[in-house]
Amino acid sequence: MELIVALGIGALAGSGVWLLLRPRTFQVIVGLSLLSYAVNLFIFVMGWVRGGRAPVVPESAADAALYADPLPQALVLTAIVISFATTALLLVVLLAARGLAGTDHVDGREPDA
Amino acid sequence: MSAWSDHLVVLPVVLPLAAGALMLFLDERRHALKGAISVGSTLLLMAAAVELLLRAQAPVAHVYSLGDWAAPFGIVLVADRLSSLMVLLAAVLGLAALAFSLARWHRAGPQFHSLVQFMLAGLSGAFLTGDLFNLFVFFELLLAASYGLALHGSGTYRVRASLHYIVINLTASLLFLVGASLMYGVTGTLNMADMAVRLVEVPAADQALAQIGAAALGVAFLVKAGMWPLGFWLPDTYAAASAPAAALFSILSKVGVYAVLRLWLLLFGGGPGAELLVYGGMATIIFGTAGVLASQDMARLAGYSLLVSTGTLLASIGLGGAAVTGAALYYLVASTLGIAAFFLLTELVQRMRAPGADVLAVTAEAFGLAPDEALPAEEVGVVIPAALAMLGMSFAFCALLIAGLPPLPGFVAKFAILAALLEADPVPASTWAMLTVLVLSGLAAVIAMGRAGVRIFWAPQDPVVPRVRLIEMAPVVALLGLCLALTVAAGPAMRYLQEAAKGLHAPGAYIDEVLSPR
Repeated sequence: MELIVALGIGALAGSGVWLLLRPRTFQVIVGLSLLSYAVNLFIFVMGWVRGGRAPVVPESAADAALYADPLPQALVLTAIVISFATTALLLVVLLAARGLAGTDHVDGREPDA
Repeated sequence: MSAWSDHLVVLPVVLPLAAGALMLFLDERRHALKGAISVGSTLLLMAAAVELLLRAQAPVAHVYSLGDWAAPFGIVLVADRLSSLMVLLAAVLGLAALAFSLARWHRAGPQFHSLVQFMLAGLSGAFLTGDLFNLFVFFELLLAASYGLALHGSGTYRVRASLHYIVINLTASLLFLVGASLMYGVTGTLNMADMAVRLVEVPAADQALAQIGAAALGVAFLVKAGMWPLGFWLPDTYAAASAPAAALFSILSKVGVYAVLRLWLLLFGGGPGAELLVYGGMATIIFGTAGVLASQDMARLAGYSLLVSTGTLLASIGLGGAAVTGAALYYLVASTLGIAAFFLLTELVQRMRAPGADVLAVTAEAFGLAPDEALPAEEVGVVIPAALAMLGMSFAFCALLIAGLPPLPGFVAKFAILAALLEADPVPASTWAMLTVLVLSGLAAVIAMGRAGVRIFWAPQDPVVPRVRLIEMAPVVALLGLCLALTVAAGPAMRYLQEAAKGLHAPGAYIDEVLSPR
């Protein structure tokens, strides 16, 4: 299970980095989104990959072995919200750059062919 | 936790946040009202920061538990000497930038005042927080506001520079998250003080993970600080930003330095990674110096000077003990104030010339051409008397400050850093390298500033007298006056900063204070 999750995160992060290094703004933004998915999953599994455990348990039934760490889940929610908002902002800047420069190259001008 | 004054620590975060949110509801055209709210909030913030600074010297608890949750589980704000000072510095820069913007910049785009307030809230939070994830949240808050401020005024150049700036900082933030979650995974806590305690007990198998986490955090902070080779974005973005925004940004890169200083000394006691800071810092100084010499316009000159100051800070932090760190903190305050004043001044001076004249002048020098005599005349009107003399004086002041010549604090700071470094016996080779680089960077700054000054103030046959309003000149003069005050009061200031540095290098008291039950 851990191997599958690790491979999934690796694939997401790898594609994200590759896209981030591409010259078109849309590729960059998709790359950033993929990277942020990878990071969010990464934070999530910091609470360890174990199925069927509740993060909030009654005090009477408290058993450390049957308990999922709730903190990474809270952190990942915050991280998702923040990365969502900043990606939306970046999208606006991307559109503005496209409109002002007339090209979707990240440097605002086409490289000399 | 009953008296009102106990809640003072949270004020620097809550107040600008509330003021910024309030102004979102006001009509965009009510500039005067928004300006008044914004300036009022910043003044209050400054008063709170001064009070925090005074309290930080007393050996009483200055830890604030948000929602009164106990320390390792709840989030704490800690106002020690260093964080109080940084909050005050942020407030001073905020006030200067706001005053400057009141002349015209605050009308150049939507929600300027809200963005400034949110940025101040983020800065105060980042300086005060004692929780790693909370630090991330405040970083995002101040970065989100800075994206808006970098774009303020719009235009192709700004949008393009901001695009790069946003992408690089988003990537750095993702690294921050990876680092923070790794540190949590290894130590099981996010409270910085608790983390420092638990890191010692981490089993050997997990040590590597902790180091990777710390490295990811370090890279994220150093991108923000602009260490070579992570700082290529910085001069472009800062030169493109409008003057008040750029002045505020001059503390932005110091946030990265602050985070390195705080976390590295707290978690690792300043051991591993010191060489990286030293040589990375020196490479930053060299890169910045090359940039200073090559810059064709003043805004880029200011941006590269900022890189030089960041490099100086990082290298001195890496090199040394508490005495060096104390001197470096003095340098931090002086250089931040000086460069902010220089960013503001840049905009005023540029009004003297037609756009593009900078580039033309250097190109003309390089090719030995006669200066173009038919520069388009600008609208002439003296709003404050002797505007030219004031600008010239301020420019000379900034130049002395940035180059580190006496009698200004730039000199005192560099002298103190070098004096503290040379106390070691025997003096290591890295110290000699640092000394050489520091002195040469000062020389280069003198050359570049002198060249720019001659070209701007002496070379023109009939200089265009720029329209400079009192409200624009006052912040520049005030910032430089503060620098002068810092020289006059160098003794007490240095004592305070040495105490702050001692606290950083011996974090036991900090940890005890955070973790003791209240």
